[in-house]
Amino acid sequence: MPTTVSMTVNGKKVSGQVEPRTLLVQFIRETLGLTGTHVGCDTSQCGACVVHVDGKSVKSCTMLAAQAEGANVLTIEGLATDGKLHPMQEAFREHHGLQCGFCTPGMVMSAIDLVKNNKNPSEHEIREWLEGNICRCTGYHNIVKAIAAGAKAMA
Amino acid sequence: MPEGTGIGASVRRREDARFLTGSGTYTDDINRPGQTYAVMVRSPHAHAKIKKIDKSKASAMPGFVACFTGDDMKVGGLPCGWLVKNQDGTPMVEPPHPVLAQEYVRHVGDIVAVVIGETKQQARDAADALVVDYGVMPAAVSLKEAVKPGAPQVWEQAKGNICYDWGLGDKAAVDAAFAKAAKVAKLDLVNNRLIPNAMEPRAAIGEFDRATGDYTLYTTSQNPHVIRLLMGAFVLSIPESKLRIVAPDVGGGFGSKIFHYAEEAIVTWATGQIKKPIKWTAERSESFMSDAHGRDHVSHAEMAMDKDGKFLALRVETLANMGAYLSTFSTCVPTYLYATLLAGVYTTPAIFCNVKAVFTNTVPVDAYRGAGRPEATFMLERLVDVCAKEMKMDPAEIRRKNFIQPSQFPYQTPVALQYDTGNYDATLDMALKMIDYKGFPARKEAAAKKGKLRGIGISCYIEACGIAPSAVVGSLGARAGLYECANVRVHPTGSVSIFTGSHAHGQGHETTFAQVVSEKLGVPLEQIDIVHGDTGKIAFGMGTYGSRSIAVGGAALVKALDKVIAKGKKIAAHLMEASEKDVEFKDGKFQVAGTDKAKTFGEVALTAYVPHNYPITELEPGLEEQAFYDPLNFTYPSGCYIAEVEIDKDTGTIEVARFVASDDFGKIINPMIVEGQVHGGIAQGLGQAMLETCVYDKDGQLLTGSYNDYAMPRADDFPSFEVQHSDKPTPCTHNPLGVKGCGEAGAIGSPPALINAICNALGVGHMDMPATNEKIWRAANAHAARAAE
Repeated sequence: MPTTVSMTVNGKKVSGQVEPRTLLVQFIRETLGLTGTHVGCDTSQCGACVVHVDGKSVKSCTMLAAQAEGANVLTIEGLATDGKLHPMQEAFREHHGLQCGFCTPGMVMSAIDLVKNNKNPSEHEIREWLEGNICRCTGYHNIVKAIAAGAKAMA
Repeated sequence: MPEGTGIGASVRRREDARFLTGSGTYTDDINRPGQTYAVMVRSPHAHAKIKKIDKSKASAMPGFVACFTGDDMKVGGLPCGWLVKNQDGTPMVEPPHPVLAQEYVRHVGDIVAVVIGETKQQARDAADALVVDYGVMPAAVSLKEAVKPGAPQVWEQAKGNICYDWGLGDKAAVDAAFAKAAKVAKLDLVNNRLIPNAMEPRAAIGEFDRATGDYTLYTTSQNPHVIRLLMGAFVLSIPESKLRIVAPDVGGGFGSKIFHYAEEAIVTWATGQIKKPIKWTAERSESFMSDAHGRDHVSHAEMAMDKDGKFLALRVETLANMGAYLSTFSTCVPTYLYATLLAGVYTTPAIFCNVKAVFTNTVPVDAYRGAGRPEATFMLERLVDVCAKEMKMDPAEIRRKNFIQPSQFPYQTPVALQYDTGNYDATLDMALKMIDYKGFPARKEAAAKKGKLRGIGISCYIEACGIAPSAVVGSLGARAGLYECANVRVHPTGSVSIFTGSHAHGQGHETTFAQVVSEKLGVPLEQIDIVHGDTGKIAFGMGTYGSRSIAVGGAALVKALDKVIAKGKKIAAHLMEASEKDVEFKDGKFQVAGTDKAKTFGEVALTAYVPHNYPITELEPGLEEQAFYDPLNFTYPSGCYIAEVEIDKDTGTIEVARFVASDDFGKIINPMIVEGQVHGGIAQGLGQAMLETCVYDKDGQLLTGSYNDYAMPRADDFPSFEVQHSDKPTPCTHNPLGVKGCGEAGAIGSPPALINAICNALGVGHMDMPATNEKIWRAANAHAARAAE
């Protein structure tokens, strides 16, 4: 039985018909067509699907669309404002923190949540925080650099 | 760092804007009107006879569109791209590789049927309702078991499960050298099986156009033209003119997206049957059991030395796992990309290597970042450390003693390759300095005071990249040429579109290739567009793997740019009423030498398209040139990596305290991107060395089939890497850019550095990868027990 879910995504009110088993990431990608949020695994480990739900980073494959009823969701598409990259996006660009780009949206969303709670994270803290985000291209080296620089730029 | 946008500048990547804003277009992001969804029904058994497939329940499910099995899809098999011959000259055993299983399944994940539904969920539900009756058979799983007498047979025609028994080198010379050796070092080792795990799971969309009869396949590929050739010619019999392959943004490949996979052929064939677009996207668990795996060797090696530690001869025997079927490039990986690298950076005069390729009831094994060269380097650089121990020599000194000297180039190795250039002392010296090698004993002592075991390990790698001279690989059994194609289209206003057969899936070609164009033509980056990944737009291409993009694709680009400049000179000479030979092209201007008479590149481009004043009897209008480049030799990047580790004896945990890299990639286009490639390669190499391994149980069930079980490296497993480029680089001598390629070096050079460091810390002769905490703890405590005696 399809149900209707409504939420705010990137500042816009949206709603759609979904099966009860529909995951939030499916709703974002397939119903809303916001394909910047990626699916890299089926065990909630890779972190390619990280979005913010009510201000907190969440793996959007770990919750049902129905659980996000009424929530405020921010995806990678909602970060840049007036064509200007968010300081964390800019830091990833400046420090070559991405290669194939597939893990990138999740990395950036996760990094912003880290900095919200820890304004000046150490290298060790950044590496620990990224436990739930897997990258196969960069060896994490430049991602860590980018997040440290992004944190400074966000201050 | 050079300023500007040309060669040598760390230009920030142009592709990042779309990736950072979620505007990239990966295959699964594409949706076609009226699209249906495919789910592959896969074998849960490693080896079984398909007794019966009952479609009745599945076809009654809501949203069911179609179901096809091997009986329905009678097409050609997936081809193997390289014929390897046995030592006696007979060809390898080349069994069929059906797209959908015919009668038997031969590994967990083998595709038995495809179920197509109106929605993804409906397709999945219908697939769950398909009933397949299997007669389970015994499976040959591990290399060592598969070659034992009486082992289950994967293929009747491959006796003892042997695909080929191949050799390279002069066996008699090796035997003679061993007979007079003062010392012999021996090593048994395993190169652990890996699962590539590009972060984007494979996906494919087939679409048939009723109006034209054309097929389009969107796919996660590193080489769309190769897929068109293999699938069109060998599997589905569709002429190239009716088949378009689009490989849009691709989320990492590492080799695993080179090969032509069954799912590509299935959605393309099936869209022709149902006349609707069909999308298939792998779940990660499917990737684990269907992406070609990497490595998986078991080897024995011996090095003969004289009394001073000079290498006299090397003897290697290797068993290499092929899996159940021969994937596209599987057969050349443990032969021509492996044994040919066993000279390494050393003057070892005689080498013989025997490789037996073995069928098993596992996922096919094929090229994975480095492909054969990491296996050779791990073997050799571990063995050299064993040699040093045997001779009681410093590992750096025994290497230095045996290095090929700069004066010896071009250097012909005893295993077929001819190195054009190199300077191995330079990268060794640099890495030793970076790590402060002399200060190591003090650091070891300081660690010991904290109760820690500290170790240091060196690895000097070389690789053969820029794959490959077509005539050479053709003579060795390759069924393809390995050139590259580039097309330069100068538009009337002077902006430029580049169509390249190279394909970027993380490497940043849209930036580096544009830098080459900017440097050559003097055109700003904003006016240069790099187009790749679409057979409908690009004339031809062999794609990206084997660190070949800049060395081969970049060289093709330079050739095409030179043709544009040559034509531009003719046009400019006409405009300036000068002799063509007096016209120079520099900084974006065609100038009459020694005068201030000049025409800009834009003026010449416009003239080519508005040829009012034009040498029309001698020259066609327009400014567009194409070039193919076939390399004269491989390129030979080399370098030295040093790892320093600290081990906690009580827990077996290991900290990579420092990792330094000194690489010689010849000329470098974009240092920032090159360093990024090295970082990623090192992480994959260290992942292999301390975390990752693919495990099957004895029945052929894949135990490491998800991120719960397969140890993917995380950010907190590594330190920051210290990466520098050689201060005495040796540019490639035979391509126009002097470049060598950098994509695989990190994965090739790093595993032996780490294992050498661990062996050094523990004082053990060898430890197989991955060096897990448990293995280290056992070794550390055995060592402590020995020390106490």
